Amino acid sequence: MRPRLELLDRPLLERVIAEALQLIEQPGVRVSAHVVDLLRAAGVRIDKGIAHMPEPLAHKALDSVPREFYLYSRDGSPAVHYGGDDVHFDPGSSCLNILDSETRRPRPAQAADLVRMVQLAETLPEYAAQSTAMVCNDVPQDAGDWYRLFLVLYYSSKPVVTGAFSGPSLATMLELLALESGGADALRQKPRAVFDVCPSPPLNWSDFASQNLVGLARAGVPAEIVSMPLAGATAPVTLIGSVVQHAAECISGIVIHQLACPGAPIVWGGAPAIFDMRTGVTSMGSIETAMLDLACAQVGKYFGLPTHGYLVNSDGKDLDAQAGMESGASAVLGALAGINMISGAGMLDFVACHSLEKLVVDAEAIASAKRLIAGIEPRGDSLATAMFAQIGLSGDFLKLKETRALFRQEQHFPSAVIDRGGALGENGSGSAEAPDLFARAHTRVEELIASYQRPALAPGREHALLAFAEREAVKAGLHLLPGIHSVVA
Amino acid sequence: MSDATFAAMRQSIIDGAPEIAAELAQQSVVSGLLPLEAVNRGYVPGMQFVGEEFAQRRLFLPDMMASAEAMRAAMDVLDPELRKLGAERPRAGVVVLGTVKGDIHEIGKCLVGTLLTAHGFEVHDLGVDVSGEKFAAAIRECNADLIGMSALLTTTMKQQRTIVEVLEREGLRSRVKIMVGGAPVTRQWADEIGADGYGKDAASAVTLARRLMENASQLAPAETA
Repeated sequence: MRPRLELLDRPLLERVIAEALQLIEQPGVRVSAHVVDLLRAAGVRIDKGIAHMPEPLAHKALDSVPREFYLYSRDGSPAVHYGGDDVHFDPGSSCLNILDSETRRPRPAQAADLVRMVQLAETLPEYAAQSTAMVCNDVPQDAGDWYRLFLVLYYSSKPVVTGAFSGPSLATMLELLALESGGADALRQKPRAVFDVCPSPPLNWSDFASQNLVGLARAGVPAEIVSMPLAGATAPVTLIGSVVQHAAECISGIVIHQLACPGAPIVWGGAPAIFDMRTGVTSMGSIETAMLDLACAQVGKYFGLPTHGYLVNSDGKDLDAQAGMESGASAVLGALAGINMISGAGMLDFVACHSLEKLVVDAEAIASAKRLIAGIEPRGDSLATAMFAQIGLSGDFLKLKETRALFRQEQHFPSAVIDRGGALGENGSGSAEAPDLFARAHTRVEELIASYQRPALAPGREHALLAFAEREAVKAGLHLLPGIHSVVA
Repeated sequence: MSDATFAAMRQSIIDGAPEIAAELAQQSVVSGLLPLEAVNRGYVPGMQFVGEEFAQRRLFLPDMMASAEAMRAAMDVLDPELRKLGAERPRAGVVVLGTVKGDIHEIGKCLVGTLLTAHGFEVHDLGVDVSGEKFAAAIRECNADLIGMSALLTTTMKQQRTIVEVLEREGLRSRVKIMVGGAPVTRQWADEIGADGYGKDAASAVTLARRLMENASQLAPAETA
């Protein structure tokens, strides 16, 4: 059996949904002028910018959402399955800093850092998707979001979790994706990317979030709602109250999205968190934040929808025991909950700082979590008696052919990042001279990046992609492309 | 007026009890106590105690918010009395606050506003999505001593630099002290964009605002000389 973890029982789940449906009708949902006509045409009453969405309309929208869809690799093969209890991970996104490998201090991230992270994630099978992981400080802000996507598309063949920070940049990003996929229809048929779209808590679909929902629905490119109730600050202090708000934000977003194009793919997702009452910070690594993620995803699963959560990150500032504890625990919890896409790996400092070294350590936690959900299975007719029949009480299990045949299925083998050396002091393991976790992780980062080879892109498309980037970059005042060595305008 | 009354006023702030704080203020007015006495000997010590307890992590943000609310309730009664006497509560400073252009997250900024008000600052909150030009207009209009800019997103944080540049261009930079805050903001960033200070949370924003006002008053004679 596959182990599963659910935090809400059925009656509580149904109360969450009943209250969420009440909320979107009264007090209602703040919406932008951009979607007023769309909603009014569907019979939604809108008063002073507040939409009062009736329950039947919400059910209709929830019913028309596809229960599953795929994101595709560059070669057109399905790579990420959103639906059911499939679990995938991708690096956290959009931080401003990177933990410098030499100084172990955060510094502003550059395009070259994003390129290294993309190359690293490309080599790690634990990451099913890439993300537009960091803001590149050497790229003008106006070009920021499409440029990050451009770099990921240039260096990776994996699907991408991304997002647009404004209405106009969504158009540019969709154009870029269409170029890489071979046209808007090809992109719609086999989407390469999913776009995070964030409502503002509580219950507010801002101008650019609304535009994103509608634009994505019409382009047939999957949207991922990232609802962010902050328990105790912008959402009820009770975890269950924040789960209700999350559900109301997701349902109202789905109503807008499905009215724009019924049947367009959309994900029930979020980055809920607790607000720390001592400091006012948003804790991304606390157990309550993980509990919120799990409970929110469970509500999405109740409707049979694809799900997303934000875990495997840490509030710590360094790759230390706190980072390991928070990220490892939440990777396991997210996997047990069967969340389809779990974003956040690599992140430190409340998702303000990425770390390449942490990304490889988190990959170990993810591999362990995946081993956990693979569960304990019988292999063969007997569980143990047939093996005892062969060797009696001699204890010679190492010699058995079953051992050799089955050990790879039974055991996960971590990389050299994880210390499984002999006892303390033996073979240098644990000794003062032995490399510590950060050093081992750093070695692996360098090895993997050295092994990276850029996946081939058809020459015509590569040319189109570069020409597009050069043209758009000039508009933003960029006369060469940071992170792309061969191109100088 | 007995010390017991001042103690009760202080306690009403610590308990975060706006009704009691207002009632005690009413009673003090009726009994002829000077409003400034009530403020300085009753309510302000309560707020100071709460600030210290918060710093020691024995009280939490919801406690602090309740105390600020109680302070507001007391001042709603006492401010008109002060004005009748031609007096004013000595102002700690005039602050213009806003969440920067492109950003609509205001919880942190509102928290800072509440606490600054409770600590005697005159706060003008410009809301969210505030441009450098709006800040500049408000600085002129309110004759502000300080401005506070908040940004929650890594992408909008850069607006803080733009706003500093706008204030420089408008010739206002030397007139105000600039405080920056928000989840992605660091001391290093504050230094880099030429802000005067950074508050890691709402409570430290109050400490910072006070320190900047002290520095300003120390510098003032030198500047006019």
